[in-house]
Amino acid sequence: MSRCDTFDAIIAGAGHNGLTTACYLARAGLRVLVVEKNDWIGGAAVSRSLYDGWTYSNCSYVCSLLRREIVRDLDLPRFGLQVIPYEAGATFTEDGDYFAYYSDHDALVREIGRHNPNDVDAYERFSQTVIRQCRFIRPFLLRNAPDPTSLKPRDIEELLYLVGKANDLGSRELGETLRFWTISIGDFLDEHFDNDLMKAHLAGSGIIGTGLGVYSPGTAYVLLHHYMGDVDGAIGAWGFARGGMGSITKAMGASLEEAGGQIVIGSGVDQFIVSEGRVKGVALENGDTYYAPIVASNMDVKRTFLKHVERSTLPGDFVTAVERFKTRGSSGKINIALDAVPDFPAAPEGASFMRGDMHCSTSLGELERAYDDWKDGRWSADPYFDMLIPSQIDPTLAPPGKHMMTVFVQYAPYDLDNGAGERNGENWTEAQRKAFADCVFDKIEQGAPDFRKHVLHAEVRSPYELENEVGLTEGNIFQGELTFDQLLFNRPVPGYAQYSTPIGGLYLVGSSAHPGGGVMGAPGANAAREILRSLGKAHAMPVYAE
Amino acid sequence: MTMPVTKPATKSTSRPAARKTAARKSSSGQRAPFQVPQGLLPTPLHPRLEALSRTKAWMGWAGYISPSVLDTVEFEYFAIRNQTTLFDISPMHKYRLRGPDAEAVLNRMVTRDMRKIKPGRVGYAIWCDEEGMAIDDGTLFRFGKNDFRLCCQERMMGWVQDAAWGFNVTVEDESQTVAGLSLQGPTSFSLLSDAGLGKVAKLRPFDLAQVEPSLWVSRTGFTGDLGYELWVDWDQVLGLWDRLWAASTHWGLRAIGYEALNLARIEAGFIAAGVDFQPVHTTMRLGRGRTPLELGFGKMVDFGKGHFNGRRALLRQQETGAMRTHLIKIELGGFKPADGALLYHQKKKEVGHVTSGIWSPTVKRNVALAELKAPFGVGVTDDLWAEIYVHEEGQWSKRLVEVTVQDRPFFSNPRARATPPLAY
Repeated sequence: MSRCDTFDAIIAGAGHNGLTTACYLARAGLRVLVVEKNDWIGGAAVSRSLYDGWTYSNCSYVCSLLRREIVRDLDLPRFGLQVIPYEAGATFTEDGDYFAYYSDHDALVREIGRHNPNDVDAYERFSQTVIRQCRFIRPFLLRNAPDPTSLKPRDIEELLYLVGKANDLGSRELGETLRFWTISIGDFLDEHFDNDLMKAHLAGSGIIGTGLGVYSPGTAYVLLHHYMGDVDGAIGAWGFARGGMGSITKAMGASLEEAGGQIVIGSGVDQFIVSEGRVKGVALENGDTYYAPIVASNMDVKRTFLKHVERSTLPGDFVTAVERFKTRGSSGKINIALDAVPDFPAAPEGASFMRGDMHCSTSLGELERAYDDWKDGRWSADPYFDMLIPSQIDPTLAPPGKHMMTVFVQYAPYDLDNGAGERNGENWTEAQRKAFADCVFDKIEQGAPDFRKHVLHAEVRSPYELENEVGLTEGNIFQGELTFDQLLFNRPVPGYAQYSTPIGGLYLVGSSAHPGGGVMGAPGANAAREILRSLGKAHAMPVYAE
Repeated sequence: MTMPVTKPATKSTSRPAARKTAARKSSSGQRAPFQVPQGLLPTPLHPRLEALSRTKAWMGWAGYISPSVLDTVEFEYFAIRNQTTLFDISPMHKYRLRGPDAEAVLNRMVTRDMRKIKPGRVGYAIWCDEEGMAIDDGTLFRFGKNDFRLCCQERMMGWVQDAAWGFNVTVEDESQTVAGLSLQGPTSFSLLSDAGLGKVAKLRPFDLAQVEPSLWVSRTGFTGDLGYELWVDWDQVLGLWDRLWAASTHWGLRAIGYEALNLARIEAGFIAAGVDFQPVHTTMRLGRGRTPLELGFGKMVDFGKGHFNGRRALLRQQETGAMRTHLIKIELGGFKPADGALLYHQKKKEVGHVTSGIWSPTVKRNVALAELKAPFGVGVTDDLWAEIYVHEEGQWSKRLVEVTVQDRPFFSNPRARATPPLAY
């Protein structure tokens, strides 16, 4: 027998943003239901055990962007969340050397100088510019993106805030800001540095998760997006969630239940029920129906409107804009159970960078060629990856002495070419995934020649699996490309930047909305504020200022 | 509970060994020029700490060199909350009381009922002068029916001897004969197991046991997390350190300094002598002492147990409710640590100050201990504000943030209490 019930608000999707929205609404006194298609919650912030004794952060794997205001408001530490920062990173070269990116500033200066003395002072200027840009943008993360065409007092107020902040920068810095937001990370790094290895190390943050190359305009902003997070105010620092990324959403789920919210797992939304331009509830795939005057979708904008809303209820130009929204998948993920930490012959014993992010891409040219493969529908023959062994810091992930490795791979196309010019996600067969992993393992052996013999189990995920399991269209980890045409008041589509949609009562709360992807929680929190405002309960949530 | 506090070097204890040599004479019969060691002295662990120290940030603790930071405060702190850490607590003052009257002596000295602390247990205690002003706080280890050790921050030999006068008890200063290591963090039990000390599994919080002929272990600490303190002879502590280090392969051990520990102790809501209250014997100005009731330790004062130092004064304060101040836990708005901030009622009337304030890296809150003029903080808890001064790149600014009174520790985790302890 199918179930049927009525709530004040329903959230479709138990990802970190959906849960964030749900928590804020439940804490404001609303009767809240979260529906989730999988048999577990978490979306792309999930920890699963696929090999006995090991826990993987299956999708997202490091944490920095999660807003501390949200952690505090939802009391997540009380529900077990602990974020542990890591110290350093390194890129290994083919000739047995490495570039280490130490968090210890004195060591970093010496390391940069070891590779090229000219780059030392340039690095100081580079990091000053990046941090200045981060400081400029961070206050906007937990605010609405103002609509510049609107005359509503709130939009004008937000616009004035933006103008005021921009004015503080002065004309020269404002010029720099506009350049920064539009330039490529390759050009930006070339302007600063001589050493190719160091540029390759820094460039990774500009391409992760995007369908862009290091010389594509807009990638400098993507770097900023990865740097603007913090761990306890240390801007740009990254950390691990103790117990894997799933401990974030697990804590959110517990916080929600304490606030009286409910979660129903195991059946996804079939249709958002729309009548006379307003949302009425959700019909699930299993036949259950739940009603509420407010429905929030944690799914990306494409999935929400192109798959689960009756097309005839939507304005044509809106549908066109949604169809045009770029959600190109570009990344794969390999989670590996290791019987020991592989030997990286270049690394001195106990080197801090072994416990951080490791890479094997040594020049911008190599990264650009990796992108060329992706454009043609192939995974990169010489891939970029962001590889970590978090079990060295987090004792909960693997048995003592054993380790868990996470490898984020760029680039892997969603619509893989089958070799005959036909591009389709279904071309990601088991054999193709294995070949993809082999290609990545070959490259890892550039740094750790005996890597393969330590592998006990590997979970290989292409963008296609990411779409099928998590629901991210084309496996795009940000629920939409982070390019300037799709940011701020243009995210996800012009005219609908403030979490509302053409359907009354239907809100977008995922990363398709401002300020975008990453395990940040900001879209979910901002959307909750919009929803509460529409109910005359705006006071239930604070307005944040840095 | 253990806590180093920076002291002027003039207060350091001179070692008995040094005093003995003062009598030495030269061959001509002339007294050779002599002076006691100047400045800070190394503890037996100094060679290990020196080798681990990247920052070379040392501080004085009871006359000894103690690390303030070894690598970075941040990573040392997170090791406390995520893996495990070692901190040298050897400089602490330690007094051994043995004899049939040891319990009676301590019961007259401290405010709580010592009869309730059984052999094999450890208890936190405060002791006062006749005015009820706290002299110090510390931990009492009960080895047997007639055998106790008092560990504390201040030198206390004279006071303990005074309390023992006329009783059948001996008092021995073990400050320089007994060394201590504090092993704190969620993997501390796993590390002890790997070091062959798995016996500690049965220890509940505040239990004390002899696990090897010359090694006592207590499940105590100053972090609010799972942790142990290990007690050995002064000359054996280096060997113990190496043994623990050798067993640390899988457990992410880090040596830490005081600054990281200080973050953890504030999160756990523990007070520090000389920081959150002034031990009354160290104050020059009248009225700077505080009673246990004013420090929020009313539950630690047992009026039913018979006479103890300060009882009459404390009873009077209890009955009249005439508190001068309240030491409380508060949460503050914003992200800037509030150490030293002044507190206001209705944004106007100055009512107190923050004694220890930090941004808590684990609970992601701006937290503090604060002393407020009564009735603020207990009787009056609303409309409280803190004025925080922030220095950023050559510019000072003032922030007025809201203060919320808290009644529970900021950090609390079931793993700190689980017995047997969890693996991590």
